[in-house]
Amino acid sequence: MAHTLSTLAYLVASVLFILALRGLSHPETSRKGNTFGMVGMGIAVLATLLHPGMSFSGISLIVLGLLIGGSIGTYVAQKIEMTSLPQLVAAFHSLVGMAAVAVAAAAFYAPESFGILDARGHIKAGSLVEMSLGLAIGAITFSGSVIAFLKLDGRMSGAPITFKGQHLLNAALGALLLVLIISFVASGNPLLFWLIALLAFGLGFLLIIPIGGADMPVVVSMLNSYSGWAAAGIGFTVGNLLLIVTGALVGASGAILSYIMCKGMNRSIINVLLGGFGSDGGAAAAGGGGGDRPPVKAGSPEDAAYIMKNAQKIIIVPGYGMAVAQAQQVLREMAELLKKEGVDISYAIHPVAGRMPGHMNVLLAEANVPYEEVHELEEINPEFAEADVAFVIGANDVTNPAAKTDKSSPIYGMPILDVEKAKTVFFIKRGMASGYAGVDNELFFRPNTMMLFGDAKKVTQQIVQALQR
Amino acid sequence: MNPTELANRAAALAQDAMALAAQARVVAETHVAPAAAAAEPFLLLLTIFLMACFVGYYVVWNVTPALHSPLMGVTNAISSVIVVGAMLATGLGESTAAKVFGFIAVTLASVNIFGGFAVTRRMLAMFKKKG
Repeated sequence: MAHTLSTLAYLVASVLFILALRGLSHPETSRKGNTFGMVGMGIAVLATLLHPGMSFSGISLIVLGLLIGGSIGTYVAQKIEMTSLPQLVAAFHSLVGMAAVAVAAAAFYAPESFGILDARGHIKAGSLVEMSLGLAIGAITFSGSVIAFLKLDGRMSGAPITFKGQHLLNAALGALLLVLIISFVASGNPLLFWLIALLAFGLGFLLIIPIGGADMPVVVSMLNSYSGWAAAGIGFTVGNLLLIVTGALVGASGAILSYIMCKGMNRSIINVLLGGFGSDGGAAAAGGGGGDRPPVKAGSPEDAAYIMKNAQKIIIVPGYGMAVAQAQQVLREMAELLKKEGVDISYAIHPVAGRMPGHMNVLLAEANVPYEEVHELEEINPEFAEADVAFVIGANDVTNPAAKTDKSSPIYGMPILDVEKAKTVFFIKRGMASGYAGVDNELFFRPNTMMLFGDAKKVTQQIVQALQR
Repeated sequence: MNPTELANRAAALAQDAMALAAQARVVAETHVAPAAAAAEPFLLLLTIFLMACFVGYYVVWNVTPALHSPLMGVTNAISSVIVVGAMLATGLGESTAAKVFGFIAVTLASVNIFGGFAVTRRMLAMFKKKG
């Protein structure tokens, strides 16, 4: 009877989790969705606490763990800057991975708690398969996420780390992992259990180091997916429906996000994973003007303010540079002043802008930009032709027309924001360095482009001052 | 055939039938049931897993791209439902190893549960309407 009750509670929790994701289809319903998720989690935890046969010492330990973990989690979530969100998510993924490893170990050392013993008192072979899969995916998620965190947080260079025979080594280690899993299933040897964990930790590390900083949106999504599959693997091991359903939901979600990010760069997931693409972002300097090109036209913030004040329609294109310079707040101030002058303002977001999916939207929302003014690529692209000004702040590759015309360009085929169709294009940039992909942007040299050199925040502040005059 | 004889025969038949049924049950239990018990739960779990993958696929495609960051926050929080497995290991496990690993997993997963939902809540609170 008690068992039926907890199964029912898990069912209710799974439905609530699905509703939590469903709520995210619109900003207005999203807050309710998040609440559904919290209620679902509460029900799942309570039902498990009331599980028959739980020892008093066990329950005390659980409550202690919940209190310690809960306080750390809440504290970090309240304090974190929104620009550091990608790091935080990567760090959280690593915790899920590590938790999966620990649960797999717990199930290995206490199989009787999960009823996975056969008649002879050994762990069933099927459960060993599921356990080793959950363990391996969890361990890869952990070490991979740690590397992603270090790269995103700037504690490690975002430049790809490549060496000769890297892919061969990874393939060999992958094959070895498979061999270890098979012999573990055959023997149930604890030593093999820990060898699998060790090898998977190493593999996760090796898989992520060759991937460059700006490819991190794909990596973060992919690790999100892995953390789901790890949870599902553990769910199969301990025969828990809620874990399986949730793992599948999260796994599917991360996979879709990875796909969307890859499409946003017109690269295959294999290409991203093999890595070695791009540098630390803007390291390969193009050397101002260069060759037979006409000189670029540099303008002052006052010029920009004057032109924008007299415009009717302005589209703002924010990129990672805006996030780095923390310019979103002053950018919104600029937009407010221009709106008072009767200018129509909208924002255009490229799918891979920022370091995680939807990063720019959160930063703009934090700066109190209403979400109705923020548009996706397909939605806004036809409007550039009617715009007087395209104001590009901290973005480069995602506006480069070479993606449409130059077949030899590494970014050929990538969907771009058609800023070149606007009457005037402003680029706020620190210098003439090329973007992440290491290619020149011919837009800089066009007669209707004006470069505003300097820190994104400072330049925007100067424009605001000029507008206030 | 008198009624008594008939009744006796019927009773004998009934006894035979019962013996047969008992035999059938023994056969079923020893041969069929273990196989079914081994295959069925796994197939059932696999079915549920695949169905959930489809549900996830369709629900996530409906998520507006503007909310992809909160989506990662929520999925991150709910993937920590792995805490359920950790709690069972801690509460039901008899060995110290199970308790230690369970406790570690409970603590790590709770960081995620509370952190994930809290940061998502913070993000979503910022998505406001015009004016």
